[in-house]
Amino acid sequence: MSTVAVANLTKSYSGAPALKGVSFQVEPAETFALLGPNGAGKTTCLEILEGYRTPDGGEARVLDMNPATGGRRFRESIGLVLQVTSLELELTARETVSAFSKYYPKPLNVDEVIDIVGLGHAAAKRVKALSGGQQRRLEIALGIIGDPAVIFLDEPTTGLDPDARRKIWQLILDLNSRGKTILLSSHYMDEVEALAHRLAVMKHGEIIAEGSPAQLQDRFSDHAVIRFGLSGNELPDDFPGPLRQLVEVSRGWATLRARDPAPVLADLTNWAFRHRYDLSSITVARPSLEDIYLKLTGDGEGAR
Amino acid sequence: MLLWYETVHQLLLFARRPASVFLVIIMPVILLVVFTELFGNELIEDKDVTTAQFYTPALAVFGAVTACYSYLAVATANARDTGILKRIRGTPLPPAIFVAARIVSVSIIALIAVAVVMAVGITFYGIKVYWEKVPAGLVALTAGTMTFASLGMMVTALCRTSELVQAVTSATLLPLAFVSNIFIRPFREQPAWMQFIGDVFPLKHFSDAFTGMFRPGLKGHGFVWQETEEIYAILPELAIMIAWGLLATALAAYFFRWDNRSA
Repeated sequence: MSTVAVANLTKSYSGAPALKGVSFQVEPAETFALLGPNGAGKTTCLEILEGYRTPDGGEARVLDMNPATGGRRFRESIGLVLQVTSLELELTARETVSAFSKYYPKPLNVDEVIDIVGLGHAAAKRVKALSGGQQRRLEIALGIIGDPAVIFLDEPTTGLDPDARRKIWQLILDLNSRGKTILLSSHYMDEVEALAHRLAVMKHGEIIAEGSPAQLQDRFSDHAVIRFGLSGNELPDDFPGPLRQLVEVSRGWATLRARDPAPVLADLTNWAFRHRYDLSSITVARPSLEDIYLKLTGDGEGAR
Repeated sequence: MLLWYETVHQLLLFARRPASVFLVIIMPVILLVVFTELFGNELIEDKDVTTAQFYTPALAVFGAVTACYSYLAVATANARDTGILKRIRGTPLPPAIFVAARIVSVSIIALIAVAVVMAVGITFYGIKVYWEKVPAGLVALTAGTMTFASLGMMVTALCRTSELVQAVTSATLLPLAFVSNIFIRPFREQPAWMQFIGDVFPLKHFSDAFTGMFRPGLKGHGFVWQETEEIYAILPELAIMIAWGLLATALAAYFFRWDNRSA
């Protein structure tokens, strides 16, 4: 049985469709990510699964319960981190976690949870004195204090600095290795790549691509990208003519795209070897997932 | 047990908000001192009613209402604006316990406010307590706190933002306090329309039911229906308060939302 099963989910807000038939499953102990720009329907989807909203059509099940009617038993078995930070600023970190621990039938130890999220040194600090990243980690502590089987994280690192983001990534990886099923939403491909076993790219209320990061890369990258630095910002005069047609030059870098990189590399390195041209900066890569994501969600309709 | 934990949690939150503590607990004491010193603590009726004997219970009611009505409404609306209510709704805490804990906590805060202003009145201005009327006074206090807590939740439910809630609670409480025998001792007959407003809204009934306990001119234990110049009667006031409380509870339950950020 899948931990989360969503079939053909639809939802509109006063006539404007937010979800147009979304289906996916999340398996036990898997980390699954919904990736997409603002307005793609990620939060609507999560809020249906969290029991905050009822769908217009389709079915959503979490741990074989209906979130809309699961009531107290359902809420005991899930953990939440909502999109907007919502904490009582006057409390200390420890008081905050302790208050939430009373809501659950079998809570974890409050101090252990505070240590897990790396706030041991700040447990006695008021929430308002914590940094944005620390507040977000405190919210993760609230999400796990009830020892839930499944955790929903709605954009857990949006607006945080790189160091704070890395700490939260590590925390999410740790939770997953403890066997938690995690469903997260994100704007960031690097985040999803680092955390998720599988992901669904959403746009305008639909899933437009789904799979593991490697699968998406295979499916959507049909060429390799060869780059090297140019001495003197321009291609040398004796650069081979057939290759020249494949090259784009920009800011001192030459970029070649090729479905099959082998013959291009052979010609290029052969020429460089004979002319003693410095290719020490050369890289051969496939388009990054970020490139693929931007291409999938962009489509000339502007960055939304 | 959960109700108790959550109530203590709400009391802790109150204690961490100095501005709220000041408004609810300290403000009535300041007003008592100002009014008593301003008007002089002399006999103001033929019997031994001094300025403080009038103002102490009246301002105790004001403190109780500030806690149950203004503070409850504004704190709940703030929690809704900042997403805290929504987050709580996502936990297994039953909504009924959550709301009950907030109401019990503001009732306790109201009792503290009443106790503090009474203690100042008794200690420094020598006000007298008539023990046979105390049970009725406590019943009136309980009914008043419940009624105004319902009204507080109703205002929160009907207003979308905490700014609006703040404006509505101030704009209703302060004028009503003037026409409900709290800020001003009725030294002459009020205009009919003003009397009408006072009679319609529950604050004057709360104030009369509680402050009657401290008026030497009123006899009896209070649990009677007929209101005369000489008899302490809380039952008619209780009936009006309870009617308001039920109306407010119904409206609050119907219109209350855990989240005001989205449709």
